[in-house]
Amino acid sequence: MAATKTAKEQKYDRQLRLWGDHGQEELENAHVCLINSTASGTEILKNLVLPGIGAFTIVDGHKVSGEDVGNNFFLSNNSIGRNRAQAATELLQELNTDVSGNFVEESPDKLLDNDPEFFHRFTLVIGVQLPESTCLRLGSVLWNANVPFLVCRTYGLVGYMRLVVKEHTVIESHPDNALEDLRLDQPFAELKSHIQSYDLEGMGKKDHGHTPWIIIVAKYLEKWFSEHNFQLPKNYKEKEAFKQLIRQGILKNEKGTPEVEENFEEAIKNVNTALNPTKISSGVDDLFNGEQCNAITSQTPAFWVMTRAVREFVQNDGGGNLPVRGSIPDMIADSEKFINLQNVYREKAMQDASVVSKHVESLLQSVGKPSGSISEQDIKLFCKNAAFLRVVRCRSLAEEYSVETVNKDAITCSMDGADGEMVLYLMLRSVDRFYQQHSRYPGVYNYQVEEDISKLKLCVNSLLQEYGLNVSVKDDYIHEFCRYGAAEPHTVASFLGGSAAQEAIKLITRQFVPFNNTFVYNAMSQTTATFQL
Amino acid sequence: MADTDEPMVVDGGSRDGGEWDGRWNHINTFLERPGPFTHPDFEPSTESLQFLLDTCKILVIGAGGLGCELLKDLALSGFRHIHVVDMDTIDVSNLNRQFLFRLKDVGRPKADIAADFINGRIPGCNVVPHFKKIQDFDESFYRQFHIIVCGLDSIIARRWMNGMLLSLLVYEDGVLDPSSIIPLIDGGTEGFKGNARVIFPGMTACIDCTLELYPPQINFPMCTIASMPRLPEHCVEYVRMLLWPKEKPFGDGVGLDADDPEHIQWVYQKSQERAAEFSITGVTYRLTQGVVKRIIPAVASTNAVIAAACATEVFKIASSAYIPLNNYMVFNDVDGLYTYTFEAERKENCSSCSQVPQDLHFSPSAKLQEVVDYLTENASLQMKSPAITATLEGKNKTLYLQTVASIEQRTRPNLSKSLKELGLLDGQELAVADVTTPQTLLFKLSFTS
Repeated sequence: MAATKTAKEQKYDRQLRLWGDHGQEELENAHVCLINSTASGTEILKNLVLPGIGAFTIVDGHKVSGEDVGNNFFLSNNSIGRNRAQAATELLQELNTDVSGNFVEESPDKLLDNDPEFFHRFTLVIGVQLPESTCLRLGSVLWNANVPFLVCRTYGLVGYMRLVVKEHTVIESHPDNALEDLRLDQPFAELKSHIQSYDLEGMGKKDHGHTPWIIIVAKYLEKWFSEHNFQLPKNYKEKEAFKQLIRQGILKNEKGTPEVEENFEEAIKNVNTALNPTKISSGVDDLFNGEQCNAITSQTPAFWVMTRAVREFVQNDGGGNLPVRGSIPDMIADSEKFINLQNVYREKAMQDASVVSKHVESLLQSVGKPSGSISEQDIKLFCKNAAFLRVVRCRSLAEEYSVETVNKDAITCSMDGADGEMVLYLMLRSVDRFYQQHSRYPGVYNYQVEEDISKLKLCVNSLLQEYGLNVSVKDDYIHEFCRYGAAEPHTVASFLGGSAAQEAIKLITRQFVPFNNTFVYNAMSQTTATFQL
Repeated sequence: MADTDEPMVVDGGSRDGGEWDGRWNHINTFLERPGPFTHPDFEPSTESLQFLLDTCKILVIGAGGLGCELLKDLALSGFRHIHVVDMDTIDVSNLNRQFLFRLKDVGRPKADIAADFINGRIPGCNVVPHFKKIQDFDESFYRQFHIIVCGLDSIIARRWMNGMLLSLLVYEDGVLDPSSIIPLIDGGTEGFKGNARVIFPGMTACIDCTLELYPPQINFPMCTIASMPRLPEHCVEYVRMLLWPKEKPFGDGVGLDADDPEHIQWVYQKSQERAAEFSITGVTYRLTQGVVKRIIPAVASTNAVIAAACATEVFKIASSAYIPLNNYMVFNDVDGLYTYTFEAERKENCSSCSQVPQDLHFSPSAKLQEVVDYLTENASLQMKSPAITATLEGKNKTLYLQTVASIEQRTRPNLSKSLKELGLLDGQELAVADVTTPQTLLFKLSFTS
């Protein structure tokens, strides 16, 4: 057993460094459904099978055609005429023996007719190259069953994704540029007394040059407070003056020239961010004020119970602040000073987390749930990430497509730059309309291209009219979409494959933040855009 | 296409040579049909496909995370004459994304296995592998390709490739001969971030024009490692850099092999001891390995995205179907999906592509060491181990060379000599060689007072 774990750990090492063992576990417990194993579909699955998804099931009623093999790495020419789901499963399975691959030789429409609950068993359903009617039917079933649905398509040089999930909570969003939680503007008691234990003026040279910059800023802030009515340096001028104050504190040698004290330089450099007032972001505030946070029941997911517990902490114990995060950045200092300072923050974080824990306890008790049902570990992780909590809520497809609830503003505003990605979205909607009317996509055969342009234009106009969209779509795009002939070039499918797979991994691991809710890729210009429709 | 059982008939019937009906349907629309957004030079024809299949030669540099994806993407886009260069062998940790390799292939050359897999899976495709370093080839090798696409993990290698393609440029009366330009498509990834760029050597920004986009890697200060560790990483670096040479745990002259688990285990244990000494927590085996091997996290998805973008550009350029990316795209899918596409500008005095002679300004009393420091530290040059030669008294003299131990020893005293002492004159040309460029760079020494 230990040997197998090591082998897996070795294989997955590079990704474990991104989402950790716990993220990997979520991945290995997931079962993803792919509908349609065209190139886009198999590329998405490839990027889920390689990192070790627990299981996948391909639903596809098509037989493999010659053109399928031409753009799909997971179909070979000796599978022409065979069931596409089965053929693709074989070659995808071969990528990773840890994964369990399955297939259902059936069209999604048939399954929706006969056994819609088939889809309830999946962690996530990914629908590729689906006609609009199937997409909407499936969307409705999955919405009611609370199964996340990722719609993907490659159409010529355009890639498209639509995420449909009612509510997706993220504790570990791993923000790229997070501000530190240093509390310099309102030091907690233990930090205050730790700062007090330093006597900058009375220190020897070695200690002076190896005092952490946090202490330096704190000390000088005390001076500043006493001279400025306890107001933080607010504007550029005041911050510059504050920096000067610190600079004057640098030791000078006998000749009066300042020594090289890198810790002081660090202090000066960090003034701009270190003095940001500690406050709760509007995002987190919104969570506190949300319905889910207010009405805790025995059905409430752990995320919301913990959010409520943190809110209780903020209001009753934290003086209006979140639990202390407990981490500090590295800085020039001797080991002892740094570790001691780090421990002050760490211990405060632990203390705050245990207070939050008590709130979790009493909330659970109040709804009759056992006290261990949310682990200490989870609570600690939650507190550490309290400033970065995110919730993604996507509108349903029904809402996007209904005339009453279509997001006209988003569409019209994005059409301002008439060559942006929104026009591509409108074209995709238009070719869907074309398909509904003609049971085929425009321009598939050479001889169709010319005559389909005017037919497609009618679809565009009827779409715009039906939704009351006061925008115009250039003829060039209508021509281009006829030209595509609903082709699925491999490189565009592969770009989409990588993009969609990572969004799927985000949903499954609950780490990093999924997009909300429409993503369009333009391979002509190598540009992308995200819309909330 | 998705819902008709009849193959799309574009023009003509099936081709020969292991072909089957409809094989290239998904790319034919872009080659045989006119369109409103095509490149001004584009002419729809049934011959374009033949050019891709029979004539166009592509070089893929790297058969790793990006390389595997690139080979697949190109093979499924009609390219059949593909060469791939990679000097590495397969490691277990590659298997989470380098999908042309299996457990049984561990230890074998990446280029060979990748070529075999593609050739077996895509009938008619002929990938030729080279288990070599890019520096093992000269101009005659590189000149044969129409387009070169890089999936490298090293800035030095990129710069070398960049320099090689610049050296192929032919100027007639100061005018660049366009047929000597080999487009370079370059992709890079790191975790959830990546970038793809298109370089037309001699025309667009080159790798060195935007060298400042790659800030030099910061190493921990020596005093931190030696006497003031604060982070678990500092403890590992102490063991790697100071303790290992002192204790020689696996014998005299046995260097630390980052791929040897026994070596890593030793470093891990010693790092824990070091950490305990300073009450530092957080040293794990994974962290230890990460620091020693300078591991960059990697996943299949980012590599798929960036390689696909690069391959799309190769297709556009080879077919003239569309205007290529102009010229740099960055990608980040940590929070939603973010891309930013911009035109990187050529640097007027780029040390590689500007043909503007580079000046070195130093006082005659400056030591040679200062010149070496400048060459390595300057953000636009970022050389690794420059070797400097000059013509003195009619003879070519090596002033300093680091990469050959005996010559390093012999020329080391020159570092503490002043430029004047070394006999260098104002306006003198210094020739500098370095791993970052296949060609020697010429600098003009300009004495300041």
